Amino acid sequence: MNEPVPDDRPAAASIHCRAVTVRFAPQAVAVDRVDLDVSSGEIVALIGPSGCGKTTLLRAIAGLQPVTGGQVELDPAAIADEGQIGFVFQQPGLLPWATTLQNVLLPLELIGRGSRPQRRLAAEASLASVQLADATDKRPHELSGGMQMRASIARALVTHPSVLLLDEPFAALDDMLRNDLGRLLLSLWQRQRFTAVMVTHNISESILLSHRIAVMREGVLETVIDNPLAWPRDPTQMRTPQFAEFFGVVSDLLRGPADSPQPETRGGAS
Amino acid sequence: MSDSDPRSPASRVVDAARHWGPAVIVALVALATWQLVAWGFQMPSALLPEPAEVWQAALEHRIELLKALYATGLAAAAGLLAAIGLGSLISVGFSQSRRVRLALFPYVIFLQTVPIVAIAPLLIIWSGYQFRTVVIVTVIVCLFPIVNSVTAGLMAIDRQWSDLFVLYGAGRSQKLARLQIPAAVPYLVLGAKTSSGLAVIGAIVAEFFVGNGTDYDGLGTLMTHWQGFVKTDALIAAVFASTLLGLFLFGLVHLVSRTLLRRWIDVGEAR
Repeated sequence: MNEPVPDDRPAAASIHCRAVTVRFAPQAVAVDRVDLDVSSGEIVALIGPSGCGKTTLLRAIAGLQPVTGGQVELDPAAIADEGQIGFVFQQPGLLPWATTLQNVLLPLELIGRGSRPQRRLAAEASLASVQLADATDKRPHELSGGMQMRASIARALVTHPSVLLLDEPFAALDDMLRNDLGRLLLSLWQRQRFTAVMVTHNISESILLSHRIAVMREGVLETVIDNPLAWPRDPTQMRTPQFAEFFGVVSDLLRGPADSPQPETRGGAS
Repeated sequence: MSDSDPRSPASRVVDAARHWGPAVIVALVALATWQLVAWGFQMPSALLPEPAEVWQAALEHRIELLKALYATGLAAAAGLLAAIGLGSLISVGFSQSRRVRLALFPYVIFLQTVPIVAIAPLLIIWSGYQFRTVVIVTVIVCLFPIVNSVTAGLMAIDRQWSDLFVLYGAGRSQKLARLQIPAAVPYLVLGAKTSSGLAVIGAIVAEFFVGNGTDYDGLGTLMTHWQGFVKTDALIAAVFASTLLGLFLFGLVHLVSRTLLRRWIDVGEAR
């Protein structure tokens, strides 16, 4: 019997953005001197209007977008090694010519971790963790939108990443699927305790799934606010007065400082 | 999603009739018009033979036509296959190096724009009156659509897929083998379909020259021969044979592509 790929990851890493700046042109500043600390095992939701630089910041944290100023530090730095950062994209992005299993195997094959049987076991376990154990041989076009996104999450988690970055992962799904996948993400976090940054437009989602909420506007990180909702989280909490009250606070923050009073914020914001 | 077709055989026949019926009607109308023009204007056979005369000529020259179909078909298929192989290799080179692309792509466009009838005599001087020359001309004619299409496929990679490969530290060869080449297959199929029709044209044009005064058997050779003897009925039969050959080659590429693309997308969407 083959042993699965050994889970040799260190404790979840922390993320430190120091005056991170991304310019696409001299006058086009996508991310402007952002300071943000994300603690080990913490989930931070990054919200803001379209085009405010959320995705660019997320890509900079992943190392997919070169920064033109400042730096992104991961602690321990070794987690920047291949496979320690998982990324869930806005679209599932599964390779259409590969089966679901082959798609989930891909990260392990690219980084060359484990033997072939070990990789297969790890991929099957990752698919089972997102309730796709029966879909290993299906191709992406045979899966529903929700199943494709679950396969995409399985692919991001197959390497047991220390850091998980999510770029509006549920944006294209209906509310019911969005809730299901939110619940799934919470249960995966309970088991793996990765550090996560999630870009979203959905205020309810940002409240339900995060420890803190960071609000960006025009490239600037305006504020980072603690999420008072109790853990463990459950979608039923969305019907509580506390949730509704906090929803109002976050909505006001999104509307901007001119329209609403500033709430109490905590360090980490620029 | 089921693989089996839930429709009954009868409804499939009806569907086929609906699909092909209009084209068949157009063919019948064209044949009738041709026949009426030949009768009505008392056209001499040397100028416009009747459809029945063309059919008679096809039967009379069936052995020569079949031999020529085989020779031209072989040259066209060999040229198309060689163009697919060579064109794919060139495209991989283009996709891997901007400098190579900038240096060589204009010359691939040159292959597309150069009049093939102008360089065919030159190729005969270099390669001789033989099958190889016909294949070379066919390759030249077929190459551009393949290179253009496959290069586009190798380079038009979805950003999420590219990001994924960057995230996991994939090397250039891993990206090429695991991402770019599979992603380019539908583009290769598209280029091959375009080139399949051109392959027959290229082979016949080459045969106009290669068959000149030699015993080379090919549709192009037959056409020049029958044109010389004003055998218009046989000449038209050869034109139909070359059209059928083009359709056959296109159909073959289409069948192969459907099998290939079954892995890429739902075949129903590919229709």
